[in-house]
Amino acid sequence: MFSETIELRGHIIDSLILPKVLDQILTHDANFKILEINIGKKRADQSFARIEVSTETGEALDELILRLRQQGAEVVERANAQLASAPADGVFPADFYVTTNQQTFVRFKGKEIEVRPAMVNSAIAVDRNKGAARAVKFFDVNKGDEIVVGHQGVRVVPVQRATTHTDLFQFINTIVDADEPKSAIIRELGEELHRAHAAEGKIAVVAGPAIVRTGAGEHLVRLIEAGYIDRLFAGNSFAAYDVERALFGTSLGINPDLAVARGGHENQMRAVNTIRAAGGIASAVEKKILTSGILYACVRHNVDIVLTGSIRDDGPIPGVTTDAIEAQKVMRERLADVTHVILLAAIRHSLAVASMLAPTVKTVCVDIDPSAVEKAVEHRPLQSIGLVTDVEPFLRELADHLGGARVRE
Amino acid sequence: MRELLLCPPDYYGIEYEINPWMSRARGAEAVLAQKQWKQLQATLSNLDCKVHLIAPQRGLPDMVFTANAGLTVGHKFIPSNFRHKERAGEQPFFAEWMKQRGYEVCWLGDNLYFEGEGDALFGGDVLFCGYKFRSDIQSHRAVADMLGCLVISVELVDPRFYHLDTCFCPLPDGGAFWFPMAFDEYGQRAIREHVTDLIDVAPEEAMHFSCNAVVLGRDIVSPEGAPQLVTKLQERGYRCHELSMSEFIKAGGACKCLVMFMPQREPIS
Repeated sequence: MFSETIELRGHIIDSLILPKVLDQILTHDANFKILEINIGKKRADQSFARIEVSTETGEALDELILRLRQQGAEVVERANAQLASAPADGVFPADFYVTTNQQTFVRFKGKEIEVRPAMVNSAIAVDRNKGAARAVKFFDVNKGDEIVVGHQGVRVVPVQRATTHTDLFQFINTIVDADEPKSAIIRELGEELHRAHAAEGKIAVVAGPAIVRTGAGEHLVRLIEAGYIDRLFAGNSFAAYDVERALFGTSLGINPDLAVARGGHENQMRAVNTIRAAGGIASAVEKKILTSGILYACVRHNVDIVLTGSIRDDGPIPGVTTDAIEAQKVMRERLADVTHVILLAAIRHSLAVASMLAPTVKTVCVDIDPSAVEKAVEHRPLQSIGLVTDVEPFLRELADHLGGARVRE
Repeated sequence: MRELLLCPPDYYGIEYEINPWMSRARGAEAVLAQKQWKQLQATLSNLDCKVHLIAPQRGLPDMVFTANAGLTVGHKFIPSNFRHKERAGEQPFFAEWMKQRGYEVCWLGDNLYFEGEGDALFGGDVLFCGYKFRSDIQSHRAVADMLGCLVISVELVDPRFYHLDTCFCPLPDGGAFWFPMAFDEYGQRAIREHVTDLIDVAPEEAMHFSCNAVVLGRDIVSPEGAPQLVTKLQERGYRCHELSMSEFIKAGGACKCLVMFMPQREPIS
C-alpha cells in the first residue's frame, strides 16, 4: 500500500470539508486512518485533522492527493531515507537497514518507492537514476552502491489479517497437531489450490525424500498429472531417492512395497550413476531410461524442477545447483511469481524457501516433526498452515480430493 | 450611510478571455457600458450611499469590477491575490488607495489565491467563501485567522459561476438568494445548514447574473431579466432596482462585481 499523511485545517466541520475529503478517499478505492482530530469548541475556532491516506498504487495516490489538495489538504512532508555508500564489494555500510519479508517502502526525493522484492535479511539499495529500490544480499552489493541506513524514511506494511472468514489461511492460521482431525482442512486446502490454479496462480512444492520413502510419491504424481503443481523445489537427495525408486523399486535398498532389504545403498549409487550417464533427468526421460517417479512426471507435465545441492550429496545428479550462493539466486528467481507453496517433509529446504517468499505467498507445511512445523509457520504467521502428520496420508487425501478434477493433460 | 468603491469604466473592454462569458470576438460597446455604469452609480447614490471612485488604469480593463479588489471588514482591508496574471496588476492600485484612506492593509501570503468580495460574502456573522475557480480554499483559513470569524467554504462547480457573488447573495434578514447548481453537494448542504430562508433562482434567471446584486438594507440593485426572483424578493418586502448590465455581463460581471463595500461589515465581536 502507498500512503501519505494529509492535514486539514480551518472550519472543516461546518463547511463539510472533512466529510467531503473522507468521501473522496473512499470513492477513489482508497483507505484512510484518522491519526488526530481536534474540533474547535467555539463558533469561530478552527478544527484540525491529520489523516493517513493509502492506495494500492503510487499513481492512484498521486491522483487522489491532487484532488484532496483542491479541498485544502496539505501533505505532511516525511523525511527521506538516509543513504550511505557500500564501502567494498559484498559489504554494507555500518547501520544498514535490515529488511523483513514484509512490503517495504523507502522515501526518496519526497516520494515513496516500493522495495522489490520483499526479501528478509537484506539491505536496501537505491538507484538514484531509476528512482528504484531493491532488496540486496551481500553477494549482490558493489562498492559505492547507495544503501539505506537507519530507520528514517522506511515504512513497513505488514500483511493484514483478512476481516472475512473466507480465506482458509487467515482463518485457520495455526498448526494442526498430530492428534487433531485433518480431513476437513485438507479438503479446504484442495479447494484453495483449485481456485488458485483457476486464477492462474503458481503453486510450488518443496519435496523431501520422505515423500519417496513413505511411498507417497504416487500421490504427488497424481497432483502433478492433474496439473496442480507448477514448480518443484528439492535437493539432490530427493532426486536420488526418486530415481532409485523409479529404476530399482527401492529406497536406499528398501522396497517400500515389500519391506525387504536388497542391495542397501548400492541401488541409489547405481541410480545416480545411470542418470549421470544419461546426461540428466530430462535426457533420461527422453531416452526412456527413466519411465516413472515424481521427476519423470514433472518432465512429462512440464513442471519446472529446481534442484539444489548440499554438502552430503552423492553425485550430484546433473542439473543440481551446488554453489550455495548461485542456488540462492536461482531459488529466488523461480519463487518470484509463486503464489502458494506446499512444504513437504523437507524442513531445511522449506526454511530456506520460506525466507525467500513474498509476504503474500500462502504456505502449507507438512511434517511429522512438530518442531519443524512450528519453525516453518513461525516464519509466516499470517499466511501459513502447519500440519503435523506423516506426509503420505496428507498427500493421499489431497490427491483423492483433487484427483477428480484433471485440469491439464 | 454605506460607503462603496466603484471604478469608472474608462478603460473597460474585453481584452482577454479568463471566464466562459468573455469573448474578444464579441466585445463590449464602450458608450453603452459607460451609460450602464453611470446608471448604477446614480442608483446607488440615490439610495443614501457614499460612492468613492478609484482612478481607472490603462491596460487594466477589469479594474472596473472593484468587488474583486479585496475584502474590507471594519478598518481592515485584505487585498486580493488574483489567480490570472491579466488582473494581478490591479492589486497595488487598490491596496495603495485603501491605505491612503487609513485602512490597515492585511496581506495574504503570495501563494494564496483570493479574489476579495467576489468570493467572500457575509451572511450575518458567517463569512461564506467560494473556492476552486479563482480563490483557493487555503486562503479562507488565512482570512478566518485575520478576521476571527466562522468561514464556510463552498466549492463552485460551474465555470460560468466562477465567483461566489455570481451565484449567492445574502440578505440582511438572514436569508439569501442563490443558484444551487453552481455548488457541489457539500457546498449546498453547508449553505442550507447556515442560511434559514433560501430563495432558489431559476437557471434561466441565474444566467442573467441575477444573483450579482448589491443589497443595501431593503433595497436591492440587480441586473434586469429575473422577474420571478424580483417577485419573491418583493413578497419579502424588498425594493428591487433592475438595471441593464448587458455590456458588463459580456465580461462575466454585473451590479455586485462593480461594487466593493467599505466595509462589507463591522468587525466580529
